[in-house]
Amino acid sequence: MISPAPLRHREIFPVAGLDLERAGTVSTEVQRVLRKLGVEPEVVRRAGIVCFEGEMNIVLYTPGGRIILLVYDDRVELIFSDQGPGIPDIELARQPGYSTAPNWARELGFGSGMGIPNMETNSDKLEIRSRPGEGTVIRAVILRRRNETEGSGEGPRP
Amino acid sequence: MKLKEVVKALGLEILVFPAPDLEVHDGYVSDLLSDVLAHAKPGELWLTHQRHLNVVAVAKLRELSGVIFVRGIRPGLDVLQKAREEGVNLFVSESDAFHTAGRLHRLLFP
Repeated sequence: MISPAPLRHREIFPVAGLDLERAGTVSTEVQRVLRKLGVEPEVVRRAGIVCFEGEMNIVLYTPGGRIILLVYDDRVELIFSDQGPGIPDIELARQPGYSTAPNWARELGFGSGMGIPNMETNSDKLEIRSRPGEGTVIRAVILRRRNETEGSGEGPRP
Repeated sequence: MKLKEVVKALGLEILVFPAPDLEVHDGYVSDLLSDVLAHAKPGELWLTHQRHLNVVAVAKLRELSGVIFVRGIRPGLDVLQKAREEGVNLFVSESDAFHTAGRLHRLLFP
């Protein structure tokens, strides 16, 4: 499905677990890098949201991890990996509204159970591999469509 | 309507205001960050009770026209600093979310 296209940019961002002060910084940095590389605005927007949700999952649930950004001519890939507790039931975690967030996180507006659904909505392919007790790896692929009309890729509004 | 006109009409207190000429067409009220990321539209004015750093990140990521902290809620200096760096407009409304949203709605959809 994915054609071989040359890699234009590769960058690794470490993410500190439980560090809400710095949470969100990788997402804004990823958007900055993508804009600088001339990536289409809609792709930058989608990648930013995918990155924020993935980053928040690492921050809220794990002792830490990293995010790898890969920019190709035809797609942007974000790979999130952590050494956290893992996701015992991935299908359940994909369902909107399901959350295992602690109360302190919910009070800050996290943990509404929309993180993984948001990642799915804003990527063209989302692979989740997880082993309880060992960690999780999530790979998100966002295709670059050069003549994409503004507003596509938005989540549905009820 | 221009954001500076909205700010004046609602009597909002200005915290950070780098882009007063942005156009505002609509608003969004939510305290759930993922909900804002999923459903708020670029250019909307966001009303919230949350006041931590991630509010700035979400507003920036979603390309919102600004954030109104309702019921007189004030964020810390770190949030103001981050908003200045990222160019995100921040305001305080002394009235609660319901009344602030109501007045904004009347203004935008008379």
